[in-house]
Amino acid sequence: MEEGEIIIGLEIHCQLNTKSKLFCGCSTDFRDNEPNTHTCPDCLGLPGSMPRLNKQAVMYALKVAKALNCTIREDSEFSRKNYFYPDLNKGFQITQHDKPLAEWGKLLIDGDNGEKEIRITRIHIEEDPGRSVHMGTTDRGKYTLVDYNRAGIPLIEIVTEPDLRSPKEARKFLNKLRATLEYLNVFDSEKEGSLRVDANISHRGFARVEVKNISSYKGVEKALTFEITRQRNLLRRGQTVARETRHFVEARGVTTSSRSKEEENDYRYFPDPDLPPIRVASWVDGILLPELPDARRERFISQYGISPEHSKTLTGGLKLAEFYESVAMEDPGLAATWTADYLLGELNYRDFSIDAMPAELFKELLTLVKNSAITDKSAVEILRIILDAVKEGKNPERPQEIVTRLGLAKTSGDQITIAIQEVIAEQKAAVEDYHAGKMPALNFLVGQVMKKCRGRADPGNLNSLLKEILDKKA
Amino acid sequence: MKKLSFHPDDSVNAFITTIPEVSYGDGPLSGVTVAVKDNISTRGIETTCASKILKGYIPPFDAHVVTLLKDAGAAIVGKTNMDEFGMGSSTENSAYGPTLNPLDHSRVPGGSSGGSAAAVAAGLVDCAIGSDTGGSIRCPASFCGIVGLKPTYGRVSRYGLIAYANSLEQVGPLARDVSTLSRLYSVMAGYDPRDGTSVDRPYSHTLSADIKGLRIGVPDDFFGEGVNTKVAETVRKAVETLESLGARAEPCSLPSMKYALSACYVISTSEASSNLARFDGIRFGPATDTPKSWHDAFSEQRKAGFGKEVRRRIMLGTFSLAAGYYGRYYQKAQTARQMVRDDFDRLFKNYDVIASPTMPDIAFKIGEMKDPLQMYLSDVLTVPANLAGVPALSVPCGRVEGMPVGLQLIGRRFEDERLIDTAYAFEQEAV
Repeated sequence: MEEGEIIIGLEIHCQLNTKSKLFCGCSTDFRDNEPNTHTCPDCLGLPGSMPRLNKQAVMYALKVAKALNCTIREDSEFSRKNYFYPDLNKGFQITQHDKPLAEWGKLLIDGDNGEKEIRITRIHIEEDPGRSVHMGTTDRGKYTLVDYNRAGIPLIEIVTEPDLRSPKEARKFLNKLRATLEYLNVFDSEKEGSLRVDANISHRGFARVEVKNISSYKGVEKALTFEITRQRNLLRRGQTVARETRHFVEARGVTTSSRSKEEENDYRYFPDPDLPPIRVASWVDGILLPELPDARRERFISQYGISPEHSKTLTGGLKLAEFYESVAMEDPGLAATWTADYLLGELNYRDFSIDAMPAELFKELLTLVKNSAITDKSAVEILRIILDAVKEGKNPERPQEIVTRLGLAKTSGDQITIAIQEVIAEQKAAVEDYHAGKMPALNFLVGQVMKKCRGRADPGNLNSLLKEILDKKA
Repeated sequence: MKKLSFHPDDSVNAFITTIPEVSYGDGPLSGVTVAVKDNISTRGIETTCASKILKGYIPPFDAHVVTLLKDAGAAIVGKTNMDEFGMGSSTENSAYGPTLNPLDHSRVPGGSSGGSAAAVAAGLVDCAIGSDTGGSIRCPASFCGIVGLKPTYGRVSRYGLIAYANSLEQVGPLARDVSTLSRLYSVMAGYDPRDGTSVDRPYSHTLSADIKGLRIGVPDDFFGEGVNTKVAETVRKAVETLESLGARAEPCSLPSMKYALSACYVISTSEASSNLARFDGIRFGPATDTPKSWHDAFSEQRKAGFGKEVRRRIMLGTFSLAAGYYGRYYQKAQTARQMVRDDFDRLFKNYDVIASPTMPDIAFKIGEMKDPLQMYLSDVLTVPANLAGVPALSVPCGRVEGMPVGLQLIGRRFEDERLIDTAYAFEQEAV
């Protein structure tokens, strides 16, 4: 059979980082606290409690809608999504159904075949349910604990059209979306569970499968790749793909079929009679958008003269972009190279965010590199020493201190000359080979000199000096 | 703080909970005894909605109206019996047994705020508060011969009222006379940010019995089939009394009346099916330790905890909202609701007040109304006001077979004052 095109659409749930919950005054800053300590009659759904809308959450959602070029509805309304579940405080979730906050937007991404527009179907606001903690497995556990701290945290659900064509495009879309949300300062991607994704995946012409429960950025690409392979294998064997909902099991990197009772719900949506329709026209005018990733990328290129590649990398996250700007002044090109090519690699290796690197120390390091006081190799070593100290919770030393302590200052020309002469005296055979025209001998001699300089000689400088002296002797 | 003892001779089973020693403060209602319907949350006092499923539930907060009453110095002396979750018109659907009509113990007091009305009528308290979803204040006021007001929707905060049908119901006052009702209402009305449907229209009104020039519409549809002719006659005489005081009455018509009852029941049961989903035994109320899966445990809990009528209405509402039926039931009911609103808007261009019987008949005998549909039909005259969100009041206007008859007055939105004045004028003349 012919394998068709891959079609992917995403539903992304993001927690908005408002101070209080969507329908009550409880604080959203619950992650370090005991279960059920950020609750009140409203978010516990006690009888007689009523929701009162947090305007800030609506403003945040409107910001996102504007940034994604959506059409904002003049009147939108909240509906109840009715289903039973122990962590669902009221037996229904307040969400938006027929009249979402915003519709028909778009986000530009760097697609598999160049720049590409991904259409946004809708953005709506809803409340997060509580959290169930199963003691043991879901099926066989003895009991389940419920924590309502999360109940009522404001979420936005962003739904895309089925415009994505590969797991890589899906990842790129999410990265761009995350950057946009960060720039808007409405979302904190570092909070656990702040982003959850459901994905619809099909091969063109075949049934669509919904994969739920993807809770990390890395998970999205993994889940999609697994699911595409699974579907393709079925189709190759001449079997059919069942239209179903599957769950992504992050630990095993697989999707599993989930045909449980709770999945077969008729949600019986109807407008929530406790919440009047929201008319946001007058609020929208007051919303000013900050500079967004695309604009910042263009500015970096024109203002700092750095490459489009570097600019794209450096504007891929708000904190990264701000970090770069704080260290770019003296030598933007050097700063771009060192941030994008070296620092990010070291950070990723340690699973660190950009916050781990103190900008002051990085600036000092850049100055040392710019003044040729140390070699690139030493600079990388200093970076690692600083990050390792951060990892151990220690106060990192300043780069200059490290240079002094380890004697990393670049070896001077005189010292290199002395080392060369020593090596020439010690390695007669290699010198003869060189003069006999055997080029590998030069590399050997360079290595020997570098060893004597403990790696702190500038390699270009060393090379030319060595050749000069050797050729003089000829 | 001052104290009073409360040991009523509750031979009519008006109360679920009484408070023997009540503290109260100073204020416009200082020392006035008030009974509170048991679906209105009272901090530290068991609040059951007359349901087994809430037995032992002690709210950690006061309903907004309760806070206002306490601040005004009122002495809240107990929680009154009702139809479970407000679902009924007789106060027979209670896990705590029926309330009896103080005027004839073999009859029902009406419902669902039957305990509040009976406590007032029996003289156990000065006044009471109830809630009205489809007539639940006006019906028992009519059957027990007292005054009851369903305020304009939004005028009294619903915060703390355990919801049956949010879009229809209001908390309101019940009293033996209009001036007491007016005093009580002045404390209850006003804006509350915790209720998203609350409207900033406080009530501070000086009663006036001058109704000269008042235009009264008397809709034929409210006197038709199913209405006891003697009740109809009594109410028509009451309208004549109002005319004698300077009002002008004219016949009119509310054609959407024929859809009102069905629409009201579809909407109220739909909302109820969602509102009552939270009673799952997880966060409050009695719960049994069961090794069953949550799905089965919820089912068991709800079957054991809810009475028959509540389960019936939850099922009706679940059906009305179900995919494939939503358009035929819930949405259609909303269309009908709009027609009722439009009809009232049209009538209120020509009339200041609509007058009708509150109930089609006098209080019926306990156990007499066996068919649930018959029971629903008794709400036919009261539900239109709930659908339209307009204020409506019941004031005693005479007796049939020794039992009281209520005159229902319906007004424009936010013109509760006019209804109260009209009732006051009538009461002054009739007494």
